[in-house]
Amino acid sequence: MYEKHILICAGTGCISSGALDVEEALIEELKKHNLQDKVRIIMSGCHGFCEKGPLFIVYPEDIFYCEVTAEDMPELVEEYLVKGNIVERLLYKDPTTDKRVISHEEIPFYSKQMRLVLRNCGVIDPENIDEYIIRGGYSGMKKALEMEPIEVVNAVKSSGLRGRGGAGFPTGMKWEFAYRSQNDKKYMVCNADEGDPGAFMDRSVLEGDPHAVLEGLVIGGRAIGSDEAYIYVRAEYPLAIKRLRTAIAQAEEYGLLGKNIFNSGIDFKINIKEGAGAFVCGEETALLASIEGERGLPRPRPPFPAVKGLWGKPTCINNVETLANVPLILRKGADWYSSIGTEGSKGTKIFALTGKINNTGLCEVPMGISLREIVYDIGGGIRNGKKYKAVQIGGPSGGCIPEELLDLPIDFDSLTAKGAMMGSGGMVVMDEETCMVDLARYFLSFTQNESCGKCTPCREGTKRMLEILLRITQGKGEPEDIPRLEKLAVSVKDSSLCGLGQTAPNPVLTTLRYFRDEYEAHIFDRRCPAGQCKDLLTYYIDAELCIGCRACIKACPAEAITGEKKEPHVIDEAKCISCGACFDKCKKDAVKTK
Amino acid sequence: MCECHETAAKVEESFEYDRLESLLQGFLGKKGAMVPILQAIQSEFGYLPRPAMEYTAKRLRIPVSRIFGVATFYAQFHLHPRGKYIVRVCRGTACHVRGVSKVADRMQELLGVGVGQTTEDLKFTYEEVACIGACGLAPVMMINDKTYGKLTTDKVKGILKDY
Ligand SMILES: Cc1cc2nc3c(=O)[nH]c(=O)nc-3n(C[C@H](O)[C@H](O)[C@H](O)COP(=O)(O)O)c2cc1C
Ligand code: FES
Repeated sequence: MYEKHILICAGTGCISSGALDVEEALIEELKKHNLQDKVRIIMSGCHGFCEKGPLFIVYPEDIFYCEVTAEDMPELVEEYLVKGNIVERLLYKDPTTDKRVISHEEIPFYSKQMRLVLRNCGVIDPENIDEYIIRGGYSGMKKALEMEPIEVVNAVKSSGLRGRGGAGFPTGMKWEFAYRSQNDKKYMVCNADEGDPGAFMDRSVLEGDPHAVLEGLVIGGRAIGSDEAYIYVRAEYPLAIKRLRTAIAQAEEYGLLGKNIFNSGIDFKINIKEGAGAFVCGEETALLASIEGERGLPRPRPPFPAVKGLWGKPTCINNVETLANVPLILRKGADWYSSIGTEGSKGTKIFALTGKINNTGLCEVPMGISLREIVYDIGGGIRNGKKYKAVQIGGPSGGCIPEELLDLPIDFDSLTAKGAMMGSGGMVVMDEETCMVDLARYFLSFTQNESCGKCTPCREGTKRMLEILLRITQGKGEPEDIPRLEKLAVSVKDSSLCGLGQTAPNPVLTTLRYFRDEYEAHIFDRRCPAGQCKDLLTYYIDAELCIGCRACIKACPAEAITGEKKEPHVIDEAKCISCGACFDKCKKDAVKTK
Repeated sequence: MCECHETAAKVEESFEYDRLESLLQGFLGKKGAMVPILQAIQSEFGYLPRPAMEYTAKRLRIPVSRIFGVATFYAQFHLHPRGKYIVRVCRGTACHVRGVSKVADRMQELLGVGVGQTTEDLKFTYEEVACIGACGLAPVMMINDKTYGKLTTDKVKGILKDY
């Protein structure tokens, strides 16, 4: 019997912060103290609080240590596991009160969340099916197999669940279309392509709770009458792929997948397909082409995949997070589910909170929560005491939400009304030092690059828009550029073949709507108010503030800075390449831009 | 001729068709196998050598242009040999907002190559990707399978020293 369980977060974030070294050192220390049979180490999925990783939680006491390193292990084992003294310095410190807290429930990052889909993430060992089952896993599937298909469809319909992959299409309705399609073969497809740069919700669910997605797929299969599914995962997620393979093998061994599940006479097979790196393959028709082994080009709809999908058969495509919601709906009932959230958007949503925010990581919140609560309560506010400028939500298809809309409730319809969209759930926070024109340029260069080239408005339109934006950020903007951008944006939106082109102009349109003055400053005053656009910047050193520490001289790759020790330094404008290395390095904020 | 062309020439001159054939055996007759086949070829040879694509086309009885079309569509596939270490700098949104461009500039300067290029000694290939999924630690890069987070321009040099 184990006396203690130690959960070490083995999500991608914590692994890059050194979680595996921590594990190794811990094993070593446990052996030294002969504790290896008393303490069980569980390498869990993502806990969400990536900022403070690696995370290290001890049960049954529920003690939350963060930012632990391999070097901390001797002390932690000796002091805590042997002597029973909590190691204060490794506890989370609340930045507002400066107090150390013991349990994760006392940390505002967690206490404001409602972790339903993420309930198992970071709690169970994702490579052990028993832990999933003990926590109620596969009971929703069991129920579904005892119900008639149309009853399953109706349960999901009345839960109000809407797709989490971007568009927010009602899941029950999608299932009903596929259910009504007559065919001897139908497919379920899980979209795990997660192409939105800056988002990692689906990855964390797959890595931390893979069985929930499998269970969702079987339930979907029962509803629409399908016996085979594909999970389309990006190849950039090797850990997710590995955990899915393990999960499928375990479920097959337990008779929860494969032939005659639960003696119900129903078969279900799940295959994994690795994506190969193309954003457009997240679009459902392109995704199907890619599974078929072709170039991932979208095609016009109708016919919708529910009628004619994979290899011409009726197919239902759902996002990872959507599917992970499904087992809960079956288990706890549609009424329970629809009691959470707002009128038009039920349940919770997972967001990847990143950018200039204190607590980066993953959070799951009930629909309808305000942006302010997410940014300030969960996210802990803006980094380095800077000022909030905007949140970019919905990735390359989404838009920017300015300060005056911070109290906007986050749900599908409110976001769309403001020109943004829920998208997959990436939420990138920006402060006064982010240039909104440069951000629009960034997104456009992304979509332009990822445009598959099949339809002209998207292929050519995004290119022309990008040229204009580039010119503006280089200080060569023309007064007519703003109306030109607006006109092009509308044409691309209206006439593109697939969602990629139809939404590509959104980042430009919302920044024009809420941050027009920044565009004007670039064009008319040849100035970048955020101090980001290289071509519009000249760096200089404020002689009053400079203490002559030579840090900038060492940092400068162009040898453009000169000066004696303890004397103010100077930048030679002719040599300066505006790389900003000196600006980053200076501890006294003496390097300025004009 | 640079070394990467030399390597390519070497691989392609004495191309080991047996190795390819035994690899293809696992896929023949399966539907939707083109992408997995190319993935397998790439993991076997490190890139997609031209003779491999030509031979595969023959075996699958499809025009080589179709294989080429698929190979050039996806970012994952490479038509030229790559370095021993693949440096992938993230250009995702979170990393962009936290100033990855400066890190990317510095990296290219240190390696002396641009995006998609390989150093002459075939040691490093420099690439940019759309998101590594470790956005909480932005700016982020990977060298082969190891992820480095919270990067700054002056950390880069030290990291490269380890290779
Ligand atoms: C360009 C583009 C990229 C997309 N990328 C994704 C993606 O990465 N993941 C995803 O689940 N849906 C993505 N979608 C949405 C899918 O087309 C589809 O609507 C979704 O997978 C349906 O699942 P849901 O109903 O469960 O949301 C994308 C759409 C477009 C137009
Ligand atoms: S944006 Fe860089 S890791 Fe996601």
